Amino acid sequence: MTATLEPEASIDADVATPEFEAAREQQKRRQGLFMALPAYLYLFVFFVIPLVIVIVYSFATRTRFGTELSGWNIDSYRRLGDPLVRDILLRSTTLAVITTLICLLLAYPFAYYMSTRSEKTRNLMLVFVMIPFWTNFLVRNYAWRVILGSDGPYSRLSEAIGFGEGRLLFTNVAVILGLVYGFLPFMILPLYAAIERIDGRLLEASRDLYASGFQSFRHVLLPLSMPGVVAGSILVFVPSLGAYVTPAILGGAKTTLLGSYIVTQFLSARDWPFGAALSFVLMAVMLTSTIVYFRKGGRTL
Amino acid sequence: MSGITEPRSTTKRVLQANIWLVYLFFYAPILVLVIYSFSDSRNVGAWGGFTLDWYRDFGDSSAAKGALSNSLKIAVVSTIVAVVLGTISALALERFTFRGKQVFDALLYLPIIIPDVTMAVMLLLFFSEAANIFGFSKGFATITLSHIAFSISFVSIVVRARLAGMDDKLEEAAVDLYATKWQAFRHVTLPLIMPGIIGGALLAFTLSLDDVVITEFVTGPGWTTLPVYVFGLIRKGVTPLINAISVVMLVASMGLVALSLLTDRARGESAEIE
Repeated sequence: MTATLEPEASIDADVATPEFEAAREQQKRRQGLFMALPAYLYLFVFFVIPLVIVIVYSFATRTRFGTELSGWNIDSYRRLGDPLVRDILLRSTTLAVITTLICLLLAYPFAYYMSTRSEKTRNLMLVFVMIPFWTNFLVRNYAWRVILGSDGPYSRLSEAIGFGEGRLLFTNVAVILGLVYGFLPFMILPLYAAIERIDGRLLEASRDLYASGFQSFRHVLLPLSMPGVVAGSILVFVPSLGAYVTPAILGGAKTTLLGSYIVTQFLSARDWPFGAALSFVLMAVMLTSTIVYFRKGGRTL
Repeated sequence: MSGITEPRSTTKRVLQANIWLVYLFFYAPILVLVIYSFSDSRNVGAWGGFTLDWYRDFGDSSAAKGALSNSLKIAVVSTIVAVVLGTISALALERFTFRGKQVFDALLYLPIIIPDVTMAVMLLLFFSEAANIFGFSKGFATITLSHIAFSISFVSIVVRARLAGMDDKLEEAAVDLYATKWQAFRHVTLPLIMPGIIGGALLAFTLSLDDVVITEFVTGPGWTTLPVYVFGLIRKGVTPLINAISVVMLVASMGLVALSLLTDRARGESAEIE
């Protein structure tokens, strides 16, 4: 086959013969790989290798002097079943689920209403969602510390209303409040992106066919906006599960959460293998949810 | 495609109430913080008349100013590197197909959704192993390298979004008019994606300035950044000085948002010209 094509190719090289096309294609591929290489290598060294190191460490042995990278065992993973650790995992998961649900409940109607507005209003509304999104997370959590603190606006208000000195600071409620406050924009933005793309005529058609408002939401709007729901939920759930700053500022000393527990293993308990195993749990949750998302046909987060 | 039509009146009122509730939720705490930062009272939650003392304290505190300067140095260097690497990778992903592209694409998303704590642990173990081999001390380099690691992805995504909305026929036209590939890139592609690059750079800069957890894990002696410094203060207790520093950080964030919105507007206008 090549024998018959070759003379043609040599007569007129400009004509896109299969070989010429293939060579060009290959050159383009090589150039693409070459351009991706610097970032690829960077992430390989500073992301993939560290990730592998964490996994390796989780099977290592803790000694009095630190960590010994020998005597491989799964003790660190066995400890995940300890009642204390199980409690922490359960509490963190519950808090992350509640945070995600509250965010969904607030963000869905918000994003839906936003997409019914004129383009000008929409853009303005978007700007006022972007501002908290860009604002320092630490500072935003600290603001709640001031509000909920003793003698702060919250305790004054609750006393004035007659609720007495209701104390919220250093409770799980305060942590949920801080997490919702911190991550709500991460729910609104993907939901808005998903709902805005929906053809409004589909909703009208469902109403024309005598669907009630709820039915048309349940069977048309919700399924079509599912990619946004899933993306937003991942973006809120995963960081909430591993939250460290919020519980440190707003949470109580008695109710440890996964993020803080991991930090303790590294910065004070010096039990690196166990800390690595706990981090691996978070990584597994993250990887699973990402894979599920991309399998379900999601394109961008 | 027609937009989504108006909801009915009762539903509409509930939806509107939700909008105001969310905005109140977003902005009331920030406002409270700003007000209290001017309060002349040691008691953080109480109003004691107007004062600028706490801002003066910030100006007088060499620890706070040192931390601020560390933060800025790290943010500038990490942003420059992340922008270069992120932009080139965005071009590769949007304009070329190559082997391993899907893996690379997925890899780029991971630093965005990974919880801070996990990435902090990864980098802590990585740098302590590397220090055993190469013998360096933690500080500017380890923090900057870590910040680049999470910023590349954000830059890449912002630039890619810009590239995706752009017609690659413009580059082809330039090449047809005998521009070299480099000239086509330099005079056609680059100016067109510039708003995306600036947007990505501002995001990378903000993320670097804001990071607490990862920095806390990979920092070394003498390299406390402003958020790490503030976080340390908060854990010791709430003081009016923290209010003032927080408001300064808040204003800086807002300034960066304003800049990014301005480039966004420029983006919109140049898109219209196209």
